Amino acid sequence: MSEVNMFENPIAQAKSVHFSFDQRSIFNGLDLQIPRGKVTAIMGPSGCGKSTFLGLLGGRLATLAGTIWFDGDAVPQRKSDALYVMRKKMGMLFQNSALLTDLTVFENVAFPLREQTDLPDVLIRILVLLKLEMVGLRGARDLMPAALSGGMSRRVALARAIVLDPKMVMYDEPFVGLDPISMGVIVGLIRKLNDALGLTSVVVTHDVAEGCSIADYVYLLDSGKVIGHGTPEEMLASTQPEIHQFMNGLPDGPVGYHYPANDYLTDLRS
Amino acid sequence: MNFPGNLGRFGLRFVARLGASFLFLVQALAGAVKSLPRFHLIIHQLYSVGVLTMLIILVSGLFVGMVLGLQGYYQLVNFSAESSLGMVVALFLVRELGPVLAALLFAGRAGSALTAEIGLMKATEQLAAMEMMAVDPMTRVIGPRFIAGFIALPILAAMLSGVGVLGGYLVGHGQFGVDAGVYWSSMQNGVDLVDDVLNGVIKSVVFGFVVTWVALFEGYDAVPTSEGVSRATTRTVVTSSLAILGGDYVLTALMFGGL
Ligand SMILES: Nc1ncnc2c1ncn2[C@@H]1O[C@H](COP(=O)(O)OP(=O)(O)O)[C@@H](O)[C@H]1O
Ligand SMILES: [Mg+2]
Repeated sequence: MSEVNMFENPIAQAKSVHFSFDQRSIFNGLDLQIPRGKVTAIMGPSGCGKSTFLGLLGGRLATLAGTIWFDGDAVPQRKSDALYVMRKKMGMLFQNSALLTDLTVFENVAFPLREQTDLPDVLIRILVLLKLEMVGLRGARDLMPAALSGGMSRRVALARAIVLDPKMVMYDEPFVGLDPISMGVIVGLIRKLNDALGLTSVVVTHDVAEGCSIADYVYLLDSGKVIGHGTPEEMLASTQPEIHQFMNGLPDGPVGYHYPANDYLTDLRS
Repeated sequence: MNFPGNLGRFGLRFVARLGASFLFLVQALAGAVKSLPRFHLIIHQLYSVGVLTMLIILVSGLFVGMVLGLQGYYQLVNFSAESSLGMVVALFLVRELGPVLAALLFAGRAGSALTAEIGLMKATEQLAAMEMMAVDPMTRVIGPRFIAGFIALPILAAMLSGVGVLGGYLVGHGQFGVDAGVYWSSMQNGVDLVDDVLNGVIKSVVFGFVVTWVALFEGYDAVPTSEGVSRATTRTVVTSSLAILGGDYVLTALMFGGL
């Protein structure tokens, strides 16, 4: 599909977004569009603000300037009914799964249904088992979160994130800390759910290989801006120095390996 | 050393946190009102905040009452006034030790647990996850705990006083042979329902409010790391203890001193 087509009706976009934590600027003019129905990877070095971007997109953080749009509306900048209505159309998978530790796997997945709907228990049971089956954990429904492995808790969190049938699911570093098998399972699930349920997926990761293997489109962030974007093939083939360095994991380039310091020899002698 | 500068910075931080804690209080109270219909959530919290604190309250109350019985008897017997033992023990407990001691124990047992629980929920992104599921943590998490703490402490304080009076009786009657009827009737005659009991209840209601507020705020405001949660837990115990003791002086002066 051509790029023009892909971005005809983006589900979300950031327009010259500025943001800072206290005095520290994180974004200074962030512009990007999330194509509808696709898997978009947002990549960049640790600490470049990827999780912060998801915070802005979900309305948990407020921009200093600029606007974030989701599904035709500006994301409200403070807690409000409008924001909560919008969040029902979003699902989010947090970096450390964020399962509620005092509830079973079943009740964790049922949680959004119990809170947001008046569905009878029989129906809730069916919906929960349906989602648990999708992530292959129907048999683990009675376990407590503490009894799950990292990969399993991430799949439970994924079932919970899609139980309200959102339009968009955000994944914060879904591949971190997984063994190769669990990693493959999660990679497969993200793609499968995206296509089967007609979702839009936003995957935040610093893992170039997995990010490129899964994404239809890639944004590369650094120093508070988008420094490059394109399909995975375009990005991997890019000769632009910053993009080339990150995509190929080179230790030195425009992004220095060394934290700024005074002269090495002088430092050792002093 | 830059003493004035540090003092100024400390002052600014203090005022900022005070402001944040009042903002939190407003949101928490709104959440508490919204969580009122969710009965089972409140019951669940009443169990973990109240019932689990009961044992330490009952045991402490018994020992404190027994000590009051001993000390009271040794003093009163000098004036041949041991018949007033029941009144002395009861007044001490109902007016002061019941509310204050129960609140201190409550802060150490339940308050610290609340702070650690909320702080860890924050550190493990459980609160953020609720936000993203369009569930307001103020209504789902903070509100029911606020109500539970507010209800539990007055009941715990009453239990502590009750068991304490019993402890005083055990020592006074069992060890020193103070007549049972004399002990109980001196208590009934000496303790005024409004002046003593009601004022004691008011104290414990105020303490319950303050301790729960401090504990929930410290947890919600904790730096989301293990060190941050540990510091927040310590701060809960320190801040609420100071608030209880300072508040007790102010309340006592207002109630009994005609201030
Ligand atoms: N709550 C916060 N307060 C202050 N600074 C923060 C906070 N959260 C994150 N930061 C800082 O903002 C920067 C971006 O963080 P983040 O978005 O988590 O990066 P990442 O791209 O690794 O997900 C980091 O340098 C981090 O230290
Ligand atoms: Mg991150």
